[in-house]
Amino acid sequence: MSKLNPEEVLKLARLARLKLTDEEVEKYSEELGTIMDYFKLLDEADLSKLEPTSQVTGLVNQFRADEVVEDQKATPDDLLEIAPESKDRYLKVKRMI
Amino acid sequence: MSIWPSINDIAKDVKSGKTTALEQVEKSLKQIADKDADFNSVLWLCEERAKQRANEIDQKVNNGEEPGRLAGVPFIAKDNYLVFGAQTTAASNMLKGFEAPYQSTAIEKLEAEGAICVAKANLDAFAHGGSTENSDFGVTKNPHDKTRVAGGSSGGSAAAVALDLAPFAMGSDTGGSIRQPASFCGIVGYKPTYGLVSRSGVVAMASSTDVLGPLTRSVEDSALLLDVVSGKDSLDGTTIDRDEKSYLDFDEDSVKGKKIGIIKEYFGEGVDEGVESSVREAIKKLEDAGAKVEEISLPSLPLALAVYYVVVPAELSSNLSRHDGQRYQYSALGSNSLDESYENSRTQGFGMEAKRRIMIGTHVLSSGYYDAYYKKAQTVRTKLINEFKQAFEEYDFLVGPVIPTVAFKIGELNQHPLSMYLQDIMTVAVSLAGLPAVSLPCGESEGMPVGLQIIAGQKKDRQLLSISKVFEEIN
Repeated sequence: MSKLNPEEVLKLARLARLKLTDEEVEKYSEELGTIMDYFKLLDEADLSKLEPTSQVTGLVNQFRADEVVEDQKATPDDLLEIAPESKDRYLKVKRMI
Repeated sequence: MSIWPSINDIAKDVKSGKTTALEQVEKSLKQIADKDADFNSVLWLCEERAKQRANEIDQKVNNGEEPGRLAGVPFIAKDNYLVFGAQTTAASNMLKGFEAPYQSTAIEKLEAEGAICVAKANLDAFAHGGSTENSDFGVTKNPHDKTRVAGGSSGGSAAAVALDLAPFAMGSDTGGSIRQPASFCGIVGYKPTYGLVSRSGVVAMASSTDVLGPLTRSVEDSALLLDVVSGKDSLDGTTIDRDEKSYLDFDEDSVKGKKIGIIKEYFGEGVDEGVESSVREAIKKLEDAGAKVEEISLPSLPLALAVYYVVVPAELSSNLSRHDGQRYQYSALGSNSLDESYENSRTQGFGMEAKRRIMIGTHVLSSGYYDAYYKKAQTVRTKLINEFKQAFEEYDFLVGPVIPTVAFKIGELNQHPLSMYLQDIMTVAVSLAGLPAVSLPCGESEGMPVGLQIIAGQKKDRQLLSISKVFEEIN
């Protein structure tokens, strides 16, 4: 059974914006290792001449006019109201740099 | 026997004045108060709004206006549907207290026909799981045995219907989340063709397989509900056109002369004897009713679970990136920068299973691994889809169990993520191919319900409901 190395686990956590405790790093090293081992099953498949599928009913681009729809279900003000913090009709967040 | 008449009969009685919408809502609320304390299928009540809506419908009846096909029928929605009148949490602390600023399209359509949402049902947090043990608000217990799970992720919806708390419930199915709890609780669970029901306003899990559907006591109720909620929606670009005929317009010869393939890979090692014999007996009944039954093999099926657990975490890790503490609900206090606020909010707000799946998804999408995992999985998905297509050239329906076991004991599997994931082996392939499938109660094993899974080709929902209706009659 392989394990993901702890540096790799920490790198993933950083990409996903999650902080992990030492115990969690250990736990995910093992669990992700086991699960990635399981994924090796996929190497058995003969995939020659096959393309990947991401949309199963065959729909392609669904276009609509680029315009403001007045009767949308939620207004910008509704959305501002549920934000943790807002100011002058903007979301207010902590400093970025 | 259920205390509720069929959905159609309830609506008929409300329209004729034999009962009122308010009486129906109060009956459902009383059922919840009397029966749910030991089971935890319901998370929140929409009591005030439900009564207000009931009054409006009763007023319409009094005024001689048309109150709709579901007039006064109470229902319970899985707590990942945005619904007015109660919070929408997806059973996660991340969304605790979230009051939706708009409603999901499915709820709007049900309301337009007079149905009334009385409560929100428990699920695995963000629909990640097959037992509701991952709910941040406690596990839902199985109505047939309190020491066992109700299944998941729509476990609360399934248990609520089995407990008779309301005439029907709505759920969502990403890899089996309607069919599996329906099988565990002994009710009908219907997963429509991908895209047939708008996903707008439902907390997203994996956008390429998420489908909404009903959990009911009868096939006819499921068909009626599909008739109400299906169809194109400008708010969900993946929606498809519905059948031109009503889904209640059952085919007359839906079994006789039809070819049914028994999926070979769904039997054998790992499948409980009792489950296998119940399902085989059910298939025999279809054969006795005139179907031509043969065994069929879909050789890539054993790979479906691996495909699913690459594709779904990839999609859900992207979908869950919106929960960043800045837009709505959980936001960590005391952070000094935006980046720290993202990290703290997500670390504190997400539960263990969401984090595990976000980590898997991030890994399979990260540079250097994308081709090895994600692209490969999506290509194996094509192979699976092709095998299903080929099968449906020859067969009208495919059948097998929904899940290899009856409802397992609470705590039995949740220490080992992979063994929990393996439970999904019979449902995920259908989801990856976007096919409609149903779980129908077909028997018992160890005193617990067993479900028969019938699968049809894409957009053959009406045909699938037709054969299901016949099975229900002959079973």
